[in-house]
Amino acid sequence: MSDEKSTDTIHKTPQTSPRQSATFDEYTNSEIRRAAATGIYDIRGGGSKRKLPHFDDLLFLGASVSRYPLEGYREKCGTDVVLGTRFAKKPIYLKTPVTIAGMSFGSLSGPTKEALGRGASAVGTSTTTGDGGMTPEERGHSTTLVYQYLPSRYGMNPDDLRKADAIEVVIGQGAKPGGGGMLLGQKITKRVAKMRCLPEGIDQRSACRHPDWTGPDDLEIKIAEIREITDWEKPIYVKIGATRPYFDVALAVKAGADVVVLDGMQGGTAATQEVFIEHVGLPILAAIRPAVQALQDLGMHRKVQLIVSGGIRNGADVAKALALGADAVAIGTAALIALGDNDPHLEKEYRKLGTTAGAYDDWHEGKDPAGITTQDPELMKRVDPIKAGHRLANYITVMTMEAQIVARACGKSHLHNLEPEDLVALTIEASAMAQVPLAGTSWIPGVTKF
Amino acid sequence: METLKFDLDTKSLREVNQFLHGDASGLNGKSIVIENPNGAHNIAVGLKAELDVTIKGHAGYYAAGMNQIAKVTIEGSAGSGVAENMMSGHVHVKGFASNAAGATANGGLLVIDGDAGLRCAIALKGADIVVGGSVGSFSAFMAQAGNFVILGDAGEGLGDSIYEAKVFVRGKVKSLGADCEEKTMNAEDRQILADLLKKSGYADVSPDSFKQYGSARTLYHFHVDNAGAY
Ligand SMILES: Cc1cc2nc3c(=O)[nH]c(=O)nc-3n(C[C@H](O)[C@H](O)[C@H](O)COP(=O)(O)O)c2cc1C
Repeated sequence: MSDEKSTDTIHKTPQTSPRQSATFDEYTNSEIRRAAATGIYDIRGGGSKRKLPHFDDLLFLGASVSRYPLEGYREKCGTDVVLGTRFAKKPIYLKTPVTIAGMSFGSLSGPTKEALGRGASAVGTSTTTGDGGMTPEERGHSTTLVYQYLPSRYGMNPDDLRKADAIEVVIGQGAKPGGGGMLLGQKITKRVAKMRCLPEGIDQRSACRHPDWTGPDDLEIKIAEIREITDWEKPIYVKIGATRPYFDVALAVKAGADVVVLDGMQGGTAATQEVFIEHVGLPILAAIRPAVQALQDLGMHRKVQLIVSGGIRNGADVAKALALGADAVAIGTAALIALGDNDPHLEKEYRKLGTTAGAYDDWHEGKDPAGITTQDPELMKRVDPIKAGHRLANYITVMTMEAQIVARACGKSHLHNLEPEDLVALTIEASAMAQVPLAGTSWIPGVTKF
Repeated sequence: METLKFDLDTKSLREVNQFLHGDASGLNGKSIVIENPNGAHNIAVGLKAELDVTIKGHAGYYAAGMNQIAKVTIEGSAGSGVAENMMSGHVHVKGFASNAAGATANGGLLVIDGDAGLRCAIALKGADIVVGGSVGSFSAFMAQAGNFVILGDAGEGLGDSIYEAKVFVRGKVKSLGADCEEKTMNAEDRQILADLLKKSGYADVSPDSFKQYGSARTLYHFHVDNAGAY
């Protein structure tokens, strides 16, 4: 009996197992259904989520017979950085090259801005305002505060310009080069509306272009205006999204920037269209070398400092960015995670919002269970600025020490002595983008022959 | 009143601006004359004292930019961004103004006797602007708050994506931008207009000869039905 049955099964036409399409994957299909149901594009926060060539595709070689290392705990490895040495009478001195990127009050709650200020100040680094102006919380708690000068000019006030330690003229962001900001009605509370001079509760767009200048020649005059107003005291940064880094950096230098901030497509945003985040701009790995090349061609490398950002997570990323020629880095997303964003202990609440810890990105809705990307008075109480600031300080300290560990292993007495020579790439793509040899070869695609 | 003269042919703009940024107690009430401006950029930017500054000729970009409290008179024409982001005070251009005049200005009064170029009053945030002549296209783009009076004509796309700013035009409007519509002038708005005309030397012009424009408020919330307008 049993034998007969098994023979039957064998003779049945075999079924293939169900196969999901790699092109029409689960996420893609869900987005098609979402678009079909709503008729409007998807908006979210954060940066590019897809896998991109990144710092993980690079390795340090370390020292051996041909190079000798520095003693781990004994021999000095400097981490300080000076920004704004070109024109500013009062350049900025930071103890670590890890800075806090510009994130707007409005997208972030008041206590979160305070926590960023406390954490950064504790470790001797800078924080940055964002769209919507400067709050007393962040000025008060940030030893070194960079004031963003944005296309929207929301909350832009010459008194705040004078109160700042540096000024960052924002032309673009890695998450949305060529796009403006968005802040949806849920987050336009009375205070945010007042600071931005807008009606409460509206869905607000920020302009994508500056209102009173277009093109690099105008930018030069604009920078001169800000210098005149601040009596040439403060460093002036120019922030760009990574698109045509060689030309954009060269033009920023020509326009008179003291510092260029270069943000890759992994860089976070408070809210933008998904299609923008995932499809416009370059990953930071592909942008650093052309930017540094532009500085070198103009004889300005290390004279105009370069800050890079977009997906910086740990000391290895910092060290790699510096080895490729950057002077400092900026962190946004990682800082928010250190403060408590997307923490698994809030999993139940993330589930209620239809998401899961680590994936939550509907920051524009203002319902953040962690109290960070919200203006809800109850939710924002969940951020204790002192404790959260302490966590951020710890995290930046760890990143800085990790970068030192790597630098000492490469025999460098300062993080800025790291160089492309210290790196190899794991993939051909990363090798071509970072212009360091493919591991185990001397081949750099586009530079040397295979 | 004490009058001080600076000649931009012999003194650098940096020195002049540095002087004008001095301690307010020493500057308040002073009259300053700037000669031979010859279109220099960034003249008298960032003022924050009770000064009366006269620029004897044409100014370049951003003249009187970010002004606070001071009164600045430009006896010639002004380049792009005159009185941009002004917070308070009074800026008077006796000639023409180029693009983006009064951009993002928060407070104070900007008077332009002649015409103004493109994007006049762009992203206006609360200041008053009176233009004796006509304004170019895309003026009052995304204007958020404040009052914008045009005695002549307006170019294309006036008030595109405007928020709560009020626009008064005496002449013709070539076209209105997205979400901008004609409003009926109420008594309060008529008074605002009458006061501004008076303050800027047009007391004899009747407010009734103006039409008022403002936001239709249909784009205040992202909505499928508005997709074509975004
Ligand atoms: C919540 C949030 C708000 C932001 N707001 C601004 C802003 O107002 N202005 C700006 O230039 N960049 C803004 N950014 C971008 C950051 O300055 C920075 O470029 C980016 O976060 C760096 O990449 P990372 O997030 O991978 O570290 C924001 C980013 C986040 C996450």
